[in-house]
Amino acid sequence: MHITELTVHELQEKLKNKELTSTEIVKAYTDRIDEKEGDVKAFVTVLKEEALKQAGEVDKKIQSGEQVSEFTGIPIGIKDNMCTKGVKTTCSSHMLENFIAPYDATVVQKLKDENIIDLGKLNMDEFAMGGSTEYSYFKKTSNPWDLNKVPGGSSGGSAAAVAANMVPWALGSDTGGSIRQPASFCGVVGLKPTYGLVSRYGLVAFASSLDQIGPITKDVTDAAMLLNIIAGHDEKDTTSSDRPKIDYTKSLKNDIKGMKIGVPKEFFGDGINEEVKESLEKAIETYKKLGAEIEEFSLNIEKYALATYYIVACAEASSNLGRFDGIRYGYRAKDFSSLKELYRKSRSEGFGAEVKRRIILGTYVLSSGYYDAYYKKAQQVRTLVMNEFSKAFEKYDVILTPTSPTVAFDIGAKSNNPLEMYLSDICTVSVNIAGLPGISIPCGVDKQGMPIGMQLIGNKFCEETILNAAYTFEQEINFRENYKPQFKKM
Amino acid sequence: MQVSKEEILHIANLADIEINENEIEKYLANLEDILNFANIVNEAPVGDLDITIGANEAKNVFRKDEIKVFEDNKSLLQNAPEQELNMFKIPKVIN
Repeated sequence: MHITELTVHELQEKLKNKELTSTEIVKAYTDRIDEKEGDVKAFVTVLKEEALKQAGEVDKKIQSGEQVSEFTGIPIGIKDNMCTKGVKTTCSSHMLENFIAPYDATVVQKLKDENIIDLGKLNMDEFAMGGSTEYSYFKKTSNPWDLNKVPGGSSGGSAAAVAANMVPWALGSDTGGSIRQPASFCGVVGLKPTYGLVSRYGLVAFASSLDQIGPITKDVTDAAMLLNIIAGHDEKDTTSSDRPKIDYTKSLKNDIKGMKIGVPKEFFGDGINEEVKESLEKAIETYKKLGAEIEEFSLNIEKYALATYYIVACAEASSNLGRFDGIRYGYRAKDFSSLKELYRKSRSEGFGAEVKRRIILGTYVLSSGYYDAYYKKAQQVRTLVMNEFSKAFEKYDVILTPTSPTVAFDIGAKSNNPLEMYLSDICTVSVNIAGLPGISIPCGVDKQGMPIGMQLIGNKFCEETILNAAYTFEQEINFRENYKPQFKKM
Repeated sequence: MQVSKEEILHIANLADIEINENEIEKYLANLEDILNFANIVNEAPVGDLDITIGANEAKNVFRKDEIKVFEDNKSLLQNAPEQELNMFKIPKVIN
């Protein structure tokens, strides 16, 4: 098997047994990036020379017998909204095209502490606002299974790069589904942790009460390992939880006998593609065979949750993005006659259409006269969504739904219709609204060979339960052995 | 949900965003579409439920107010669109 096809736990084994060096691994990946980037367009910045240099240094450390962490010499790709000291962090926006962060995000620091090597920064929808990566200022990323289709978004570069074996694993961020939906579209694993489990320090803020960083990986074991690295309390993020550290790989038991799985019927209703439904129904049968107790129930929140999501996320974004004013960093317009005009022109020229649309929507719902009708109501609905999930988790260990109503759609199919694009987040947003953990894993493909994703939702801080449920299913269906991206061109 | 042209220009002004004459119609249509959809929150059975502002327990996190010096001024100023004498440069504010 080629080096780039291996999972991280397999690479780690080979590094440990001295079958491979870090330089060989990094070289295999930079070659693969050279080969596939023209088709996939997953990267905003490739750090080829830097990564190879670092790999050489790491190999010297290993050869000299120095005590090193178990992940030393493994490469990674990072979504371009996490600050990396000395390397551009653009958020795929004209606004931050030349921004070089003066510090590392906490997650980036944690990777560096493990001697993990950054292969580059991955493409995304501008400021993480979108579900197809078409709203990147720089380029449209293609889905490795079919290059005419979107990879999903907003972490589309991360998911596509993992699927195309251009990175062994990647970090994404998820505000309303931005890890899980692209993972689903690209046939890989994506985990959105419980709000507060992973520090957001150094993640360029979109909607602070919803944003969370998480792994996008080839399999569930890798997701558990990457979560081990990035989880933990951080005094620089006051919303980060101070719970004790857990080794998530220990939760992968390949046994779910007696696990109670709830299936909310509203998530299988109109608007969910028939082939997606069929594939999920098969997955439910698999779970039954594996010894889970399945029960259908009613969780009638998804439409309210989606509306709430767009109100809350845009309101928070309109405030968070106020900092981009052309003064201390970011784009500054050329012609202005006053400070006010400098702000207005820099923002109008620096932000793309979707970002401006959301800032305007957010400002609208927060403005006097509409605050009660939209924003306050949405915050009440947020309580309702949380209560409904709490009730469900009194009965079930895991809630199972599709990750997305459809498989990956054609590039251009929805980019001119914002509302239609928003509707494709219907299965994922309620998880962010309630701050719960959710994982997407591939459960099959449709007739055209496009991957279908299954979402498993857990109670707060119950990552172990959903990881084990995902792992046990993965061992049973062996998706990666049976299906591979075809890089279809027409 | 009907949004007027004046209203959207007022909102854009609050948000410090310029909308060109030829973009107004498109922004209006998009905004109305999304607001019509978002209106569904007014049908949700929320009764007198409390509001939720964050995803985790609402508690204050305190720390000592200590000064930590960030010495790498160079890396901060390298992002400045315009600078002079080690300072961010902006247009004249006071006449």
